[in-house]
Order: sequence, then structure tokens, then C-alpha cells
Amino acid sequence: MNRKSKVDNKEILDKLVKAIQSHTSQNYSFMEVCGTHTVAIFRSGIRSILPGNLRVISGPGCPVCVTPMAEIDEAIYLAKKDNVILATFGDLMRVPGNEGSLLQARAEGARVKIILSPMDAVLLAERERFSRVILFAVGFETTIPPIAIAIKEANRRGLKNFFVLSSMRLIPPAMEALLSDKKTSIDGFILPGHVSVIIGTKPYRFIAERFHAPGVVTGFEPIDILQGLLMLLRQKSEGRSEIEIQYRRAVTPEGNVKAMEVLREVFKVRDSRWRGLGIIQDSGLKLKDKYAPFDARKHFDIPIMPENEPPGCICGEILQGIRVPTQCALFGKRCTPENPVGPCMVSSEGSCAAYYKYGN
Amino acid sequence: MNKDKIMLAHGAGGKLSIELVREVFLPRFDNRILDALEDSAVFEADGGRLDFTTDAFVVKPLFFPGGDIGTLSVCGTVNDLCMMGAKPLYLSASFIIEEGLPIETLDRVVNSMKLAARDAGISIVAGDTKVVEKGAADNLFITTAGVGKIQDDVNLSSSSVAAGDAVIINGFIGDHEMAVLLARGEFDLQGEVKSDCAPLSGLVAAILSVSRKIKCMRDPTRGGLATVLNEIAGASRVGIIIEEDKIPVREEVRTACDLLGFDPLYLANEGKVVVFVDGDDAEKVLEVMKTHPLGKNSVIIGEVVQEPESRVLLKTSIKGHRVVGLLSGEQFPRIC
Repeated sequence: MNRKSKVDNKEILDKLVKAIQSHTSQNYSFMEVCGTHTVAIFRSGIRSILPGNLRVISGPGCPVCVTPMAEIDEAIYLAKKDNVILATFGDLMRVPGNEGSLLQARAEGARVKIILSPMDAVLLAERERFSRVILFAVGFETTIPPIAIAIKEANRRGLKNFFVLSSMRLIPPAMEALLSDKKTSIDGFILPGHVSVIIGTKPYRFIAERFHAPGVVTGFEPIDILQGLLMLLRQKSEGRSEIEIQYRRAVTPEGNVKAMEVLREVFKVRDSRWRGLGIIQDSGLKLKDKYAPFDARKHFDIPIMPENEPPGCICGEILQGIRVPTQCALFGKRCTPENPVGPCMVSSEGSCAAYYKYGN
Repeated sequence: MNKDKIMLAHGAGGKLSIELVREVFLPRFDNRILDALEDSAVFEADGGRLDFTTDAFVVKPLFFPGGDIGTLSVCGTVNDLCMMGAKPLYLSASFIIEEGLPIETLDRVVNSMKLAARDAGISIVAGDTKVVEKGAADNLFITTAGVGKIQDDVNLSSSSVAAGDAVIINGFIGDHEMAVLLARGEFDLQGEVKSDCAPLSGLVAAILSVSRKIKCMRDPTRGGLATVLNEIAGASRVGIIIEEDKIPVREEVRTACDLLGFDPLYLANEGKVVVFVDGDDAEKVLEVMKTHPLGKNSVIIGEVVQEPESRVLLKTSIKGHRVVGLLSGEQFPRIC
């Protein structure tokens, strides 16, 4: 269905809003775990039409926001090396490390190239034979298969000047960590649409089975999101905890089997630190031995970077849904999108940036 | 964040650009005319009012669908003059040329300037060229300055917009910036988007000929429609409410924006004008705009209200609403 025919469907919209209102008999907090949902919810003004007792909070769904400062520092360290081009997704440019950002490194002469797809970095390495191209590989399950394919392609082409700084993370282990933490109280999940296209619904089953919370894999149009919320509310009122799919036009329970095969062929899981959430078991990825020559951490001698968090920043609690951006003393004062202190203000998909840009 | 160096975002037309102007230039140049921070400077001369402005053009690539740096350098300055209601008269043009630029390239650019000047009804009467060594410039930079005359009964200002005024735009937003972005070929996206680059002098003259109740006009260039609306809301201490469904955005531009994580409200335009007019004259002005070739897709996109002061709100397609803020830094393509 294209955007226009969906948007024109005012009747469905009105019905959805009314149904949501009639199902929200008590206070509920639903969490979304996808930056695209964060932005879609703010941009479409959904919060302004929801009943007051229905809260939608943003979880750790923005890959930029959960990347620890130490990994940003590693990228900056590499970018400043001689004869290196650091290839990165655009929204990492402004993230502050302990000493500046990639944007500042570029202003000071480092070669930092913004790419849209991991394959761009492989092509760049092929063009720039005398430079070492390092892909700063940040992302969740949506971005990981293209990164795996890029590495396989670099291998096939015999490139010796292409490297990957792995900063990839997996969503389900982070959700498990969140649910295991008693500080959070989440009544249900709007599950990520793009990530689920790849992984399907099986990896979320523990949410319903062990934690008795409902989850709905949801699309990104305003009507999708409203429908996803209604499906969660219905489960609540019927006392069910299941993993359902609203986003049927893109997501199947099995996911994309081929993409998962490529992922497993190139990467193996490792424990990984998440900003705000700490170290989560088996939540990160590193290159398998066969592809180790492309591992930037093996090829370059990168010093161990300190794990600092900026004083006063509550991004950690925001990522867990414990507090909202406006409860941070730095929000809108010392921490703005031009001058971000914490990562949630940097990425266009971060909760703080969304609160700041679209108002609360 | 370390603030001792100029970053690209200082030139993006958003908050950092405004800070740079306020902190570096205004305190030193310090005069009433500049302090008004309009698109161009209005001053009295020999009993009449003249309008004066200048603009520097650096665009990569030099040629893009719908125009080139030459068209842009004429239209940009002409349009800044038009926004104050002036009839543009004369332009100057300075060229900073990188050693090695093919003469044929310069020829093509200058020819485009000739054609744009003809369309705008102005003459380019003064100029300068400097050639710098390879690497000291990127092919070609052009700076133009222009002067125009304002009719006695025209008085436009960013601070005279009031509740009850209508907000009109003359067509699709975002075409220029998206055309240039796609032409740059950095993002492996293909598209048929053409820049809207055009001199607005004819359209503006038509608008001014039917209404004496035009309050303000702005061309939403760098920083896009959102930035212009925020500037006016701030300068006039009013609220502006626009409707998402009414803002014309081409499907190609919208799709590319979705892919890149950009918001079309912040994309630069080079042939658009946002007109603030007393609600009583809105229909009349809209009619005349629609009869002009550059205004066929004109539409009323919103209205000016008293509250919330100095803020811009967007009524969304689903009847929700949200704040439209200032652009913070460059727009960067996102991860997924």
C-alpha cells in the first residue's frame, strides 16, 4: 500500500483512535525498540492523539545511541591514522567521544567518508588501492547482513586494504536484559519492523513465555503504529501474552533465512557493552577466524579506550525507559543537537533528539 | 564540544549559522540595516528606497539537473532582492577560478548566467576574476551582489506578520537540494529530480500587483521551509501552524528523504517563495500565483496564530501535531 492511499484512509484512522481510547482503561507503558519507530511516532504526532494513560517509551533501538564512547574513540583513533579512510554511516559523525567527534576529526584533516551502504566501503577500498579503508560497522540485525555480504565480497575480490571495526549488536539479548532488570516496568513491546524482516518472530518468544509481556511486530506508517498499539491493548484486555505481527506485508515468522545464514557464516557472537545497559552476554558480533584478516581490531594496534560516561548524562536510564529526556538536567541546556553531551541527543533517531526537535 | 573551528554545520543555515552571524559578524559590523537580518538590506537613497544584497555560491557538482552554479548565482541574489519587494536592477559577479578549469566549463556557466539574467530582467554590470592555484578552490566559486529598487507603497518585513495571515508557497519543496545531492552521486541513488532554480522577479511582481496586504516574503533556501517559518515566527512573535497534507512534496523527493532519513521541510529550494499575506487577500494572491508559470502548484499551507508565540506547529496527516524546530547541524543520512 503506498503512503498516499494509506494517509487518505481517514476513516480507518478515526476508528483506530476510537478503539485505542476504548481499550485504554488503565495506565500502560509500551516500549518501542527501533529508532525508526521513535522518529515516526514523533513526526506523525501520534503522541498528541493518544489517551493520557497510554505511554509509549523509547528503548535501546537506536544503534548510534547504544554504541559506547570507547568504540567511538576507537573509530576516531583509526580515522586519524596515516593513510586511512574511515567509512561511516552519517549519524555517527556528531557522536562525542572522549576527545571530540568524527566530525571534528574530519575538520582537523582526518579522512572520514559518509557511506549509505556497507558495499560503498568495499568499492571505496577498490578505488583507493593505496589507502586503508575501515568500515565503522555499527548497526542491528537490519544492517548486519549487508555488512556480512560486503566482507564476503571484499574477500572474493582479494582486497587487502579493507577492514571492519565491528560495533554490531543484536536486539533480542538487549530486550532480555531490560526485562530482567527490575527497575523497568514495561507492559508490552512494539517490536521493530526492519529487524524482524531479518530475524522473524522466534527470537522474541521469550518475551511472552518467560516475561508474560505481549509484543507486536509493527510497521512504520502512522496507521501501522496505531494498529500495533491497538493489538497490544487487545492482548492486555484479553489477558494474552503473545508475539503477533502487524507488519505482515514485510515480516514472516521465519524471517529472512538466507540473510541469517550469511550473518552466521561471517560472524560469531560475543559479549558486548551497550551504552547505558552495560555488558550483555552474546549481544555483539565479531568476525569468524576465516574473515579475521578484515578485522580492524586485529590488524591495527588500537589502545584500550576508557569507558567514561559524561557526568550528569542520564542516557542510560533513558535507553532503559526508566526516565524520559525532559527529566535530564542537561536536556536542552548543556545538551542540544548542536552540542550533544549524550548519544540520545546525537542521532536523529535518539529519544532526546526527538523530544528536542518535535517537542514533548 | 570543541568550538574553536569552523565546521560544515556553520554553513548549513541552521542554528550554528545563526550563532556565527550573531557572535562574529553583527557585533563588529554593528549597524541598524544589518541588524534587521532580512534577506537583503533596505536603505534610503535620493528620496527612494534601494535594496542591496550579496551571496556566494559553492556547489558540487557545478552542473546538476535543472541548473548549474551560473543559474544559481544569478537566481539566488535576484530572489533575495525580490523577497523585500524590490525590482532587481543590476548585479555584479566575482569569479574565483581554480587553475586548470576548462574554459569550456566557464563558458557554459557564464552562458547560464546570461540566460538567467535575461529571465530575471536584470543586467550584470560589474565583475572580477581571480585565479587560484590548484587545490586552493574547488573548480569555481561565484559571488554575486545585486541592487534593486523598492516601490514607495511596498513595505515588507519579517517582523510585520500577524495572527490571521495566510502562508502560501508556490509549489513543491526540496527539489533543489535533492537534485544536487543525487547529482553528486555520493549516495548510490538514482532519481529524476530537477532543481527548481529560477528567478522569482516575475512571480513576485505579479503578487505585489494584486495586493497591498503582503506582509513578508521569504525564499526558503538553505535550511528549507522549516527554517524560514521559524525565523518569521521569531521575528514577528507569532505562532505558525502548517498542515502536512497541504505541503507539496514530490513522491521522488519524499522517497529519497525516507531512505536517507532526511526531512523535506529542511531541504533547500532555489525557486520557491513563502508569502505571508493578510487572510482577506489570501485567495486573490493565490489565484494570481497560480496563473504564473512558477506558481502553478501554489497552495495555502497554513496560517499565522497568536499562540504559541515564536513557534511553528505541524498538523500531521493523522490529525496529530508536532513542533517544527530549527535545523540542528547538517542533515546526515542515517544507518537504516
